[in-house]
Amino acid sequence: MSVLAQQLLLGLLIGGLYGLAAAGLSLVFGVLKVLDVAHGELIMLGGYMAFFAVALLGLDPFVSLLLVIPLSVLLGLALYWGLFGFVVRADEETRVKNSLLIGFGLALALHALAVRLWTADERSIITPWGGSVISVGGLSIPVVRLVSLAVAFALIGGLHLLLARWRWGKAIRATAEDWQAALLTGIDVRRAYLLAFAIGTGLAGAAGTLVTIGYSVSPSIGLEWTLKALIVVVLAGLGSMIGTFVGGLLLGVAEAASAAAFGGPYREVVGLVIFVVVLVVRPRGLFGR
Amino acid sequence: MLEIRDLEAAYGDIPVLSGVTLSVGPGEIVALLGPNGAGKSTLLNVVAGLLRPRAGSIRFDGADLASVRAHLVVERGVALVPEGRRLFGTMTVEENLELGAFAARARATRAAGLERVWALFPDLRERRRQLVRSLSGGQQQMVAVGRALMTNPRLLMLDEPSLGIAPRLVRSIMESLAEINRGGVAVFLVEQNVQAALGLADRGYVLESGRIAGHGSAADLLRDPHVRRAYLGPLAVRE
Repeated sequence: MSVLAQQLLLGLLIGGLYGLAAAGLSLVFGVLKVLDVAHGELIMLGGYMAFFAVALLGLDPFVSLLLVIPLSVLLGLALYWGLFGFVVRADEETRVKNSLLIGFGLALALHALAVRLWTADERSIITPWGGSVISVGGLSIPVVRLVSLAVAFALIGGLHLLLARWRWGKAIRATAEDWQAALLTGIDVRRAYLLAFAIGTGLAGAAGTLVTIGYSVSPSIGLEWTLKALIVVVLAGLGSMIGTFVGGLLLGVAEAASAAAFGGPYREVVGLVIFVVVLVVRPRGLFGR
Repeated sequence: MLEIRDLEAAYGDIPVLSGVTLSVGPGEIVALLGPNGAGKSTLLNVVAGLLRPRAGSIRFDGADLASVRAHLVVERGVALVPEGRRLFGTMTVEENLELGAFAARARATRAAGLERVWALFPDLRERRRQLVRSLSGGQQQMVAVGRALMTNPRLLMLDEPSLGIAPRLVRSIMESLAEINRGGVAVFLVEQNVQAALGLADRGYVLESGRIAGHGSAADLLRDPHVRRAYLGPLAVRE
């Protein structure tokens, strides 16, 4: 029993990262109607930024977020101006198709670039307190992953407030709901796209940092994280960042449960099953609007 | 105020408007009538900047409007209440109205604008915290008009504001448009409800198959046998 509880707990902890990884993808897809399949590679790049911030600058891994998030936002601005800004000029159907092509191309390019620059080796961040564990009622909670979950939750909460209160946050939500109506209220929709994409990339950077702290980073983690994020986006639906976070937690727990019930290899299967079942039974997702 | 000359517009290869010339003067209420598919909505969308014209000119207060991007058309003082209202359904009444004051020029007059909307539609004030999608069609239309009003327009364009609304509320919407007009806002109105539109308007144009097929004062159009037969139905002809 306690073994199962322990596994579910670990699933919950990684689920927070799924939620954070999915939030950026969900924001970009919801607002720009562009499916950025290179989102996982952006997470990977964020992971390397964090790795080098810790290795070269000697920053505390969590403090490195203060560097990685702004850098990722800048990367997002550059990618929007260089690539995705052209995609959003097409009508919505063409957008999704073109964004898939561009996204896959970008993913391959970033993966190759990362191998070239940093080799294909796995890297992780090792801190003096990295191995600390809290024991609660027979469960051991790794401190680093617990802090990661808290950070992920705080970031999602911050994002939620940003979208609810900030003038441009409301503009982003309005654009997501109906971009023509947004134009008619005087919102520069392309600026809303730019901001949403930059914020989404910043979230990817944050997710990459937490992934590297809690687990490890290598050039090839991108696809796996894109898939996890996609599953969570489908499971949770568009329109609510808190909902996306909860969707991430659910996926983490479901993976742990299926690994416990059917054995390790089935961890990956449950997400795909959820993906298909949600699309058939409730296409707008659990919390979708 | 609004001067449209020889306007041509198309969706892809399908021409929708050809050689449309019309004008709306300061403080006027002008109705645009015509059957479904005549291009009325397209005309409004072109003026609002949602669709680029193929040829012709659109001038507002003498300045070119045809090449201005949609969110900047709003900044110039031209607002559109689109067909089907197009509100932000997951937001509250107040949030929808506040988004109307997003443009820089409108932000300065936001508080006054909100008061103006509350005065015009007292029902909305009580429901300010309600989600828009929980409102009735008529109330939603009020929010749509209110949102456009929040942009502080000098020309208010409306695309079928009476569509899908209880007849009792149609009159109240038309009365509020007259009230808005008395405040100095010119109104350009597309309507299927010809009786209501011409009851309100000073002048009207008839658009058929993308061309202006007639224009005149509202009283003349109401008497015109062609308009009566085509848009007011057999009952109107008999009476």
